[in-house]
Amino acid sequence: MSQYAEAQEDLELQHHPGPGQYVKIAVILGILTALEVAISYVDALSDVLIPVLGALAIAKFVMVVGYFMHLKFDSKLFRYLFVTGIGFALAVFTIVLVIFFSAEGGPSPGGPGG
Amino acid sequence: VATGELSPAVHEHHTSTGLDNTKMAMWAFLGSECLFFGSFISTYLLYRNQTADGPTSAELYDIPYTSVSSFVLLMSSLTMVLALAACQRNDQRGMRAWLLATALLGMVFIGGQIYEFTEFAHEGLALSVSPFGSSFFVLTGFHGAHVTVGILMLLLLVGMSMFNRLGPDDSRKVELIGLYWHFVDIVWIIIFTVVYLIPAR
Repeated sequence: MSQYAEAQEDLELQHHPGPGQYVKIAVILGILTALEVAISYVDALSDVLIPVLGALAIAKFVMVVGYFMHLKFDSKLFRYLFVTGIGFALAVFTIVLVIFFSAEGGPSPGGPGG
Repeated sequence: VATGELSPAVHEHHTSTGLDNTKMAMWAFLGSECLFFGSFISTYLLYRNQTADGPTSAELYDIPYTSVSSFVLLMSSLTMVLALAACQRNDQRGMRAWLLATALLGMVFIGGQIYEFTEFAHEGLALSVSPFGSSFFVLTGFHGAHVTVGILMLLLLVGMSMFNRLGPDDSRKVELIGLYWHFVDIVWIIIFTVVYLIPAR
């Protein structure tokens, strides 16, 4: 490994959270999960259920990726690689939705071809 | 090199970015996996209401049960990152204990998934019963297969450590398998919300 790479790795390790912080993050993740489940049972929130659950899932996703996978502390290049994958996934989803709903007027019981 | 043993010159390679190639490859792989699971999640969302004559998601899902499974997988991410921290400070016993705990939690999750699939099959849901059944089993089945591969890799790490083949210089191996493990966790975070918690219309 090059000296630069070693220095980079040492720098990464210095910024990584300690075991105590990992436990705190896990507790927060557990609380968010409990909150998600509780919210899904509240009828009064049915109108805002999807955005609220979506926001909680994204929060959990970001916490795991940022702290447990260390993406918050590591090189930005890793972040770009990962975000590119997510971007492609969202693009595929959007394209599929557009094709489905514009060509067929929505998914039919027989599938895309009717 | 011919015997499979890499020479020091191969280990001490230089990269144009100054970053480790294996870690870069793992992040590129995980990026491609986003596309893989994104496609299956998209397919599930499109077909979730198409139950044909089979059971619906509302009739099948047991949210409290799946919540416990989700919590178990979430906590396995904690034990995984603690295993990496132990490896980096050369605490071999601690690392083995946390790796085993992670593998065990993964096995609990997979056991729960097998039980859930069996229950759903008894209720009449199968891969070919309806578009909903197909998309559900393909999505959650592939995720379960990923978790199973992760468990095998964790047990391999434990074995390597027991035979003194995993020193502090090899923390990158633990980190890479850890990245894979956390990835299956974040995929489940999305699946749990999209598939189980958001009700089908």
